[in-house]
Order: sequence, then C-alpha cells, then structure tokens
Amino acid sequence: MRKGLLPAIIIISAVIILARIFYLQVVDENLKLQAENNAIKKVFDFPERGYIYDRNGKLLVANQPSYDIMVVPREIKNIDTLGFCNLLGITKEYFIKQIEKAKVYSPRLPSVFLSQLNKREYAGFQEKERKFEGFYVQKRALRDYQVNYGANIFGFITQVNQGIIEKNPYYNSGDLIGKQGVEQEYEETLRGIKGVKYLLRDKHNKIIGPYQEGKFDTIAQQGNDLTLTIDAELQKYGTELMINKRGGIIAIEPKSGEILALISAPTYDPALLVGRQRSKNYTALYKDSIAKPLYDRALQAEYPPGSPFKIVTGLIALHEEVIDENTGFVCNHGFFYARGAFMKCHDSGVSRLNNGFYNSCNTYFASIYRKTIEKYKSPGYAVDNWSKHVKSFGLGDFLGTDMPIGRKGLVPDTKFYKKHRNYNPDQIRSSYIISNAIGQGEVLTTPIQLANMMAVVANKGYYYTPHIVKKIKDKEIDIKYRTKHVSTIDPKHFEPVIQGLADVYNVGTASSLKVKDLEICGKTGTAENKIRVAGKTYQLKDHSIFVAFAPKENPTIAIAVFIENGYWGARWAGPIATLMVEKYIKGEITRKDLEDRMLNGSIQDEYKKIEDIIYQRTPSQTKPDLVAIKEDEKPEN
Amino acid sequence: MRNQSIGNSIDWLSLFLYFLLVIMGWLTIYSASLPIEETSIFDLEQIYGRQMLFIFFSIPLISILLFLDAKMFERFSLIFYILGIILLLGLFVFGVTKKGQTNWYQFGGFGFQPSEFVKTGTALLLAKYLTFSQINLKNFKHQLVAFAIIGLPVALILMQPDAGSAMIFLSLVFVLYREGLPGWYLGAGVSAILLFFLALLFNPIYIVLGIFLIMAIHYVNNRKITRNIFVYLFVFLLSIGFTYSVNHVFNNVLEPHQKDRIDVLIGEEVDMKREGYNLNQSMIAIGSGGLTGKGYLEGTQTKGGFVPEQHTDYIFTTVGEEWGFVGSFIVIVIFVCLFLRILYLAENQKTKFSRVYGYCVATYLFTHFFVNIAMLIKLFPTIGVPLPFFSYGGSSLWAFTIMLFIFIKLDANKVNEW
Repeated sequence: MRKGLLPAIIIISAVIILARIFYLQVVDENLKLQAENNAIKKVFDFPERGYIYDRNGKLLVANQPSYDIMVVPREIKNIDTLGFCNLLGITKEYFIKQIEKAKVYSPRLPSVFLSQLNKREYAGFQEKERKFEGFYVQKRALRDYQVNYGANIFGFITQVNQGIIEKNPYYNSGDLIGKQGVEQEYEETLRGIKGVKYLLRDKHNKIIGPYQEGKFDTIAQQGNDLTLTIDAELQKYGTELMINKRGGIIAIEPKSGEILALISAPTYDPALLVGRQRSKNYTALYKDSIAKPLYDRALQAEYPPGSPFKIVTGLIALHEEVIDENTGFVCNHGFFYARGAFMKCHDSGVSRLNNGFYNSCNTYFASIYRKTIEKYKSPGYAVDNWSKHVKSFGLGDFLGTDMPIGRKGLVPDTKFYKKHRNYNPDQIRSSYIISNAIGQGEVLTTPIQLANMMAVVANKGYYYTPHIVKKIKDKEIDIKYRTKHVSTIDPKHFEPVIQGLADVYNVGTASSLKVKDLEICGKTGTAENKIRVAGKTYQLKDHSIFVAFAPKENPTIAIAVFIENGYWGARWAGPIATLMVEKYIKGEITRKDLEDRMLNGSIQDEYKKIEDIIYQRTPSQTKPDLVAIKEDEKPEN
Repeated sequence: MRNQSIGNSIDWLSLFLYFLLVIMGWLTIYSASLPIEETSIFDLEQIYGRQMLFIFFSIPLISILLFLDAKMFERFSLIFYILGIILLLGLFVFGVTKKGQTNWYQFGGFGFQPSEFVKTGTALLLAKYLTFSQINLKNFKHQLVAFAIIGLPVALILMQPDAGSAMIFLSLVFVLYREGLPGWYLGAGVSAILLFFLALLFNPIYIVLGIFLIMAIHYVNNRKITRNIFVYLFVFLLSIGFTYSVNHVFNNVLEPHQKDRIDVLIGEEVDMKREGYNLNQSMIAIGSGGLTGKGYLEGTQTKGGFVPEQHTDYIFTTVGEEWGFVGSFIVIVIFVCLFLRILYLAENQKTKFSRVYGYCVATYLFTHFFVNIAMLIKLFPTIGVPLPFFSYGGSSLWAFTIMLFIFIKLDANKVNEW
C-alpha cells in the first residue's frame, strides 16, 4: 500500500493532465479561434469619406488623398540609398536622420518616414516600392475644404481616442473619426464601412498570404455624400458680416425647418484642422477661452431673449383672450407693476398691440402678461399654462436638431419656481415674475430657438425641427425633420402680431433699416449682461439681438442674430439681420452704406475691455498664435 | 571488492530518458526563442545557444558524478545540506532580486539559484537520517527531526519569498509516508488543501454542514471499540476554525498576485488582459495545437511571443502548440516512464539510503512536472517552477542533472553493496 501510493498518484495525475490537454486541444474549438486572432493580421481598406455639398449643389468639403511612406527599420534590406533618395527628392542626411528617428521609436513597428506625398510623387514611388524592402505606402484621406467658412458646421476629423476604441469596436487605433458638426453627427453616413482583409503571418511576422483564400474578407463601402440645407453664399456673407464681432447668426427656411445659414463668430478656417499642424492649431483654438472660436454661439449661447420674447407674450395674451388687438394701456415712461416697483419704458401714451410691438413698449407687454397670469384663479395653473404655450414654440428644451451640440434654454414653470425660487404654485404673483413678459426674467433662449420661434410666427403656428442636412445620397432625411410641430396658439392671432412686426420696420425701432420693395417683419432686442471676476461684478455692454422673417407674405427666411456687447438691437444685430435677409431674398444689397458699415464695423474695442477685466491679474498672458498650413508643402518630419 | 565497470551497472534506460528529455527540451527552447535574424545555434547571445552550452557542460558533470565514490554522498550528506543552507542564508546578503524574489546569485552573465541545489542536499540528509537503524517515523520525536530537515530550507526559501520552490519541498511528505509516517498526515494535508478551495468557493456554513455529515457517518460506521467522541469533536472544531480562517488568510496573508492566481483558478472574474493574461495565453497556445500540432517552428503563438516567459516556466506551451496532443502525450509519457523507472529502481535498492534518496528524486521531479504543467492548463494556481530538463536555465538543468545522476550512481553501485 505504502509503496503503491506515489506510482498511483503519478499515473492518475498524468491521466488527468492528458485528459485536460486532450480537452483543450481536440475538443475545445474556442481556443483555436483565439489563437487565430493572435496570429492573423487584419488589414483595413478605408473608404473615401462622403463629400459635403450646400443646398444648391456647391461642393464644400471633398477629400485629398495623402500618402505617407512608412518604414519598419528592421525590415530594411540591401537598399539602394542613393536611388531611393533621388526618387523621393530627399537628401541622404534626411534619409539617415529619419531612419535614426524611426529606430529610436521602434525597430519593429512602422513609423512615418515621409509624410503627405502628392499623387505624382506617390505614383513614382509605387512603381519601385518592391525594390525597397522595409518601406511601404500608407494611404490616408484628409479633408479638402473648398471654402474657408463653415468650420462650426462641418466639424473636423481627428484620430479616435482610447475611450472611443473601447466603446465602439468598429474603430481601431489610428482610425479617423468626425468630431463636432455634421462630421460627428453624420459620422456613420460619411465614413462608410471599412473593408477588412485577413492575412496570415508566418513566424517572422511577415504576411504569407490571404487567410482561407480571403473568404472572410469584406469590401469597403463608400461613405455617402451629404447635401446640407446651408446656402453657401448666405453662409459666406454672414461670416464676412461677423468679422470683428462676436455672436451668432442663424437663418431658417420656415416652410421646411432647413437651416440656411449657421454662423458663429469668431470662427476659423476649417483647413486649419487638416494635416500636420492640426493638433497644434486645435490646441490654440481650444485654449482661447476669451474669443472661444470653438464655441458655437448660434447653437449654444444661452441668454435672456429680451424684447423678441414680447412676440410670444403678445400671442399668448391674444390666445388666452385677455386682450384683443385694440386693448390699450396707458404708458408713462414705465409702469408700476406693484407698489413701489416700477418697470421703465421709453414709450409714452396709449399702447395697443400694434404700436406696442413697433415701439417695444414694456408697459404694454407687462400689462398683458399680468392679465394672462391673473386670468385664472389658480396662479399656479396660469403659470404652467403660459409655460406650455411658450414651449410650443420650441423654447425651453433641446430642439432636436441634427447638430451634436445645443442648449435647452429655460422656460420656467411652477416646478422651476418651487425648486429655484421656493414659490409655492398658488403663491406666485404676477409681480414676482413680471420680467418674463419682456424676456428679461427667468426665460433663457439660444439664437437657434429664437430663429425657430420666428419660423413659427412666419408659418402662423407651426415649425419643422431645424436641421442642417437636406439629403443623404438616395435617402430621405429622418422622419423627425419632416414632422410638423404645431404651436398651441390659434393661427388667427398671428395676423395682427405679424402686422406689428412689419411696422417695426415701417415706423418702429428698425425703421432706419427699411429695405426697398421688401416687407420684413422683425423685432429688436437688447439683453443685459454682467461678468464676475475676482469677486466683483462688472456690468458689460448689452448684447444686441434681432429676430426677423421675410417676406411678410410667404416668408422664405426666418433669422435670429445675436451680437455680443452690440449695445442695442438696432445697432448691430438689426442691420446684420436685414442684410442677410436682403441678400438671401434679392441676391444683392441695395443698402450699400449699411453693408459697408457692417462689414467694416468692429466691436473689438469692447471685447478688449472685457479682456482687460478678465486678465486684470494676469495681463501678461498672450493668446497662442495659429499656424498657417497652406504654404510649405514639403514635409519636415 | 568486485567493482564492476560503471558501463555494465548503470541504468541505461534512465540515462536514455534523461537525454531524450534534455534534447527535446533544447529543441523546444530553440523554437521558443528563435530570433528573426539567422544566427548560429551556438550563438551565446541567444537563449538556445546558452542552453546548448548548459547541456554541453552537463556531460562532464555527469562523468564526474559517475566516477565519484558512491559512498561519499551518504558520508557527506550533512555537509551538502549545511552548504546548501549557507548558500540560502547568503542570499540575504549577496542575492539578486528578480520579480520581488531574492533567490539568485549573479556571476557575470550566468545566474545561480541555490534552492535548486538545496533540494538534493535535503534529500541526501533525509535519506541519511532515515538510514539510522533506530529511526521509526511512528515516533513523534523522529517525525519532528524529519520535518525539521525539510522545514529549515522551506523557511529560508519562504523568506525570499519563493512559495513555489518551498512547496516542492513539502512533497517530501510522500517519501516520509513511504518510510512509515502515519497516513493521517497525508490525509490531513489533502483535507486542508481541499477545504481551502472549498471555503473560497462556497459559503462556510455549507462546508461546516458537510464536515459534520461526513464525520457523523464516519463515527456511526466506525466499529472500533476505541472510538472517542472527543477526538471527533476536536477534529470537527479544528476543521471549522480552519474553514473560517481561510477567507482571512486569503484576504490578509496572501500577496495580491497569489490571490489573483487562485481567483483565476477558481473561475472568479478576472481581467484577461492582466491577472489572467498568462494563463489565458498559455491555454490558447496549447489549445491551438490540435491533435497533431502546427509543426515544429510553425507555432503562431510561440512565434508571436504571446506567451510570456515561454522558454522557462511556460516551455510546455510550445510543445502543446507545435507538437499537438500527440507530442504532448509522448512528452508526458516519457516523463512518467522516468518517474516510474526511478521509483522501480528505488524499491530495488539494497540500502535504505539509496531507496529513500531515489524516492526523493522521483517525488521532486514529479512535483515539478505536475505543478508546472497543471498551472498551464488551469488545473493548479500559477506557481513559477521549472519543468525538469525542459525549461531554460543552467542552474535548473544542472541541479536536476546532479540530483538524478547521484541516484543513478547509487543505483549503479548497488552491485557492490552487500
């Protein structure tokens, strides 16, 4: 017994081990697959990214092939250095330097030897590529921008980061992906699907041929072209108008919700984010925390709307039948909305709906707002009812556009007042919230929401979700951009309001902007703003806001313009909006004086002042310069 | 004295199996360490070139061992042992630390791991001790001495800390059992290991319930008059205490990497890119071999360098991948033949010293073999011990060679024993 134990254990153990190995090697197929994953090389064929066109078929974004010569230092064999250098037009010193560099990085892994060859250089090299072992060509597609505007619309292409690789199995290290704008939103449409070739590696890690005669290989699927709703001419014109200003312009075709122009200023040439200087330039843009060129003001700037909001106030009061268009209020440069609480107004006399609009009379709108809120016994109900009406204009929530960014804005309701002001629903008094009447209370909007609001007015009661892609090759756009959103306001109430807005141009706050033979409906606005720096609050110049649509009959454009620190509505935003409208409808500008003033005008002095305030403690800080990339085609690295 | 020539008395089968394993080992190392550039097989820059050198030098080593006086090993066993202990102690001063273990001396390009040699010294002294005529392993004092002979190097090796090597020494309990150690030592050891894993896998309360059931059945079935309820109670309480302390030991005593290895084994969720990487890759390499393997030098996993430390502890993965199940089977059978041959020879020794020593050699070799291969295929926690004669390394190869050939010499000398 004692003699037998160890031999028995040895034999039993050997049998167990053999059984286990048999299971792993012969029965379990899973491990073989995993081994193949280890030893089979996947080679990807990247399809060309889809082109981007404007609404009229003008090509905005194309691709440029770019060829990099890669080197794997340890695979270099018997190379004719002189012939190689002559072929590529490089010096021997460059050759030696690059090989040394690559060796330092890794003798086994590919490094870029010479980047961004053009087609002819590539063709010349390709013929003789086989003679130069250790070198091969990696084709990449870079964006080729046909225009120097619209960077905020397009977004850009960048290499995927680790987070994306982990989340989305489609991407591998080094792949390109769209970031921001339509490049991000329509990434899958534009990029297509890359093809995969499975290749077998031998013991030297060299490719010995296709795996299983290529039966698992897939062919790359081309990316789809996008046709934007953007009107390139209008976009370009708007961009020019915004030079030396900060702010946003957004123009929408009311009948369809198509975005005609989406301008944010300051902006940058999209070509800055292509090629070798991309990363450097991006960092510079990203770090500019004052001018914020990467911040899309048309989509993201969230401010109290100011006077344009009076349009909604008026429509709700009409719908709730607390007034009719002839109801009048006496204004004496303002009005006491509660004991001791006075709201100033520049107007005087009797205000009715029409002159209330064109004179932008605070007293009038505060009064009708008070009537709206006090209509119901329950002020809580009244506030929520008002809030519901406002939201039906697409305010107070994400619009659901096909741009990857946006802001909700804010339309307060009883929940909001309970949470943030601690007002119980039935204790809310109209006097607490009277500023909402004139867009100065809790209400916040973005320029795109204001433009959409104008589209509702232009359409007399409905809108389509604003969107920027008109057509994807052979495919209709998403159903949600073809679904009508109807406002809660009875369409019959729009007529008098529209007349009031037309009279803003005829006799009101924008009468100086009148365009011959074109009836524009608009509304000026001014929004206060302050900043806090180092514990102190500074009152800055007001923002200039203007909303409009035109023509009055069958409107084809609704627009919102927002100019940071632009003093008041009719000072900057009004003229710019008017010029944009005229440009779009008539194709040319009759008000040359106005155009010159806007094109050449600058608010940089105001921005400089703000900068001085912000930088009061670190005046030495300078902004990083952008690196121009157009010149110097010869690669350096 | 009728001294026969060594050529007639040597066990040629063991010698043949030894060289078979060493040569197969070298071929495998060559495959596992073949660089991209073509170089000479004698290139000392390369792992296989150095292993060739180690194998080459093992021949004079073997010759010396075979021509030494067989009696010398028994006579000087204490000196070998003490020498080994001194080498182990010296590590604390002159040792080189690799991967957190201070278990190497470094001389120029060659390393030397004393614990490999101490195994032989311990076996010699243990054999010598058990040879004393009055020694009886039923006697508690004698048990203590035997355990102390094994325990001293174990303690020193654990301080390096090198749990793998220390564990190899514990397998000598099989030798003691063969020489008369009461069976319950083995039983308790096996039960403790079993309980340890069960306690990690299941709620302790179920285990306590299970122990209670087994002991109750045993008590009822035990027909002996002498059965003592208190012994049962004591064992029961001990098991409960052990079971409940397992989690504490696991969480507070074991090193994180040891915990990971046990987690990997018992199927806990582990990250296959980190803790589980070695095991995963070694199973992939072996599993991808299939029935007949991918062919010599054709292993994609071996070539891709996916298995870490493939030429040392993971050398068998290359056998599995390139030679498949057939090759693995052959290699394992050769090993088993060698073990059984040594045991057979040991049982036929005329002196107790040779028998015990032979038993020690078989036990050592088998334990290395089992632990090494079982860890590759998820039968055992990952423990770094070399595969005898296969794994790369001069001190490992020479230590096993010395260990084996002392026995072959003792065996060859048995015709001279009266």
